[in-house]
Amino acid sequence: MRRWRRFTPAQRIGRALTYVLAAVAVVWSLRTIEVIPEFLYDAPEQTADLFRRMWPIDWSFWGEMVAEALVETFHTATLGTIIALALSVPVALLAARNITPSATLNLVAKFILVSSRSVNSLIWALLFVAIFGPGALAGTLAIAFRSIGFVGKLLAEALEEMPRGPLEALAAAGAPRGAILLKGYWPQVEPSFWSVALFRWDINIRESAVLGLVGAGGIGVALDTALNNLYWDQVGLCLLVIFAVVVATEVATSAIRSRII
Amino acid sequence: MDRLVSAATARTPFPANWTARALWTALALYVLYACGILDVSWDRFVRGLDNGARFLGRMFPPDFSAQKLDLLKVGMLESMQIAVLSTAAGIVLSLPLGLLAARNLMPGWVSWTARGVIALCRSFHPVITAILFVKAVGFGALAGVLALVVASMGFISKLFAEAIEEMSLRQVEAVRATGAGFFNVLVMGVFPQVIARFIGFCVYQLDSNLRNSTMVGIVGGGGIGATLFTAYQRFDYDFVLTILLAIIAVIMVAEVVSAQLRKAFQ
Repeated sequence: MRRWRRFTPAQRIGRALTYVLAAVAVVWSLRTIEVIPEFLYDAPEQTADLFRRMWPIDWSFWGEMVAEALVETFHTATLGTIIALALSVPVALLAARNITPSATLNLVAKFILVSSRSVNSLIWALLFVAIFGPGALAGTLAIAFRSIGFVGKLLAEALEEMPRGPLEALAAAGAPRGAILLKGYWPQVEPSFWSVALFRWDINIRESAVLGLVGAGGIGVALDTALNNLYWDQVGLCLLVIFAVVVATEVATSAIRSRII
Repeated sequence: MDRLVSAATARTPFPANWTARALWTALALYVLYACGILDVSWDRFVRGLDNGARFLGRMFPPDFSAQKLDLLKVGMLESMQIAVLSTAAGIVLSLPLGLLAARNLMPGWVSWTARGVIALCRSFHPVITAILFVKAVGFGALAGVLALVVASMGFISKLFAEAIEEMSLRQVEAVRATGAGFFNVLVMGVFPQVIARFIGFCVYQLDSNLRNSTMVGIVGGGGIGATLFTAYQRFDYDFVLTILLAIIAVIMVAEVVSAQLRKAFQ
């Protein structure tokens, strides 16, 4: 008698192997990771100390540094997103197989997108601080270079999934290549383009809030100063402000999304 | 008849969209304004390019000496351990948290509390959580693991709760009708419907934790980020390039593997 089984034998072996590998990886990590037990004994005290020293929050730090840094963070994230959008369009056009029919160019563009995504924004910021010196310029470029991969990938996917009809109609009417891009492709990808932009802007606000830790401007600089001085009441204010900004952007982006998209 | 044809030909196929033009102009004005605020100027950019050429000159050729490769290996392995452990712990904690946050299984006050916890986990960047954990448990990999556990809980539980809310309740009712208790309903009615998506989220989070584990080291959370930051502060730029290349390579491999895994488990 044959029993019904959901998966083929190969699939079943593959799944079992994956589970075993996962278990092995966890056990190996647990046994070899370096944890210094001496540090752990006073962890509860340290944590209690952390919160005790954060309270009461030092509001005078707001006027001193935080307010200005907050504005800088906002502009870093926004300008970085705009630069990323501008730069990702040509890369996405090169990466989309139906627009650029050359496998080599597709591969080059894909490589640019993957490298942009695999290097973290904080690491991009380190590099740009070394080049342009500390400040918001480094942060803006870090945000931009990190976002190219994300926006470019989603844009290229949107371009590849497009229905062919309008493009063929334009081509049949004798439209040149530029006009096909502008009047055939653009109107169809425009909604997903703006929704990706909004999504990335939301992420970038969070990320630009920490870039200051490596000297790339924004509220992170205030946080870093407070941390280095061990003024935990000022750290508390920075954390509170960052939390408020993150919540506010999330509310704002979801409101914009439900209104226009 | 004549007038009708001329009217038709006179109509432009793509009339000018003045709202769009105004918005594009506003965007351009904002860019100029923001450049002014952030002190982004052409002059600085050009000076930076000069600097950048020198920087790149010092990065090349990447440093592949045996001693540096050892450091690289140790850091990279620690990053992988951080990623594996934080994902494992994150999965274990997200299962109950996600269940508690599902509004179709739990009473309102439970799910709203769970949702609050999830929102709190999601609102701070892993680097900030890492700073707090470095203060609490000291420098090293453990702080990095804990920071990424928080991030994983935020991501996996949120999506897991949404997956549960989207599942069909008929199977749950059928299992309930047999007289099954709450635990049996979960195992027989709920999990079979959502487990494939849950595994997908977990694999995605493993990938994302690997990326973030390269970053928590900058604030003292261990892993390859610590190696990178030390090399950077010592102006060992050729070793920095080696580390960057290694990170890109590892993450590319991880991306391919995780895509394959997600496809296999769908």
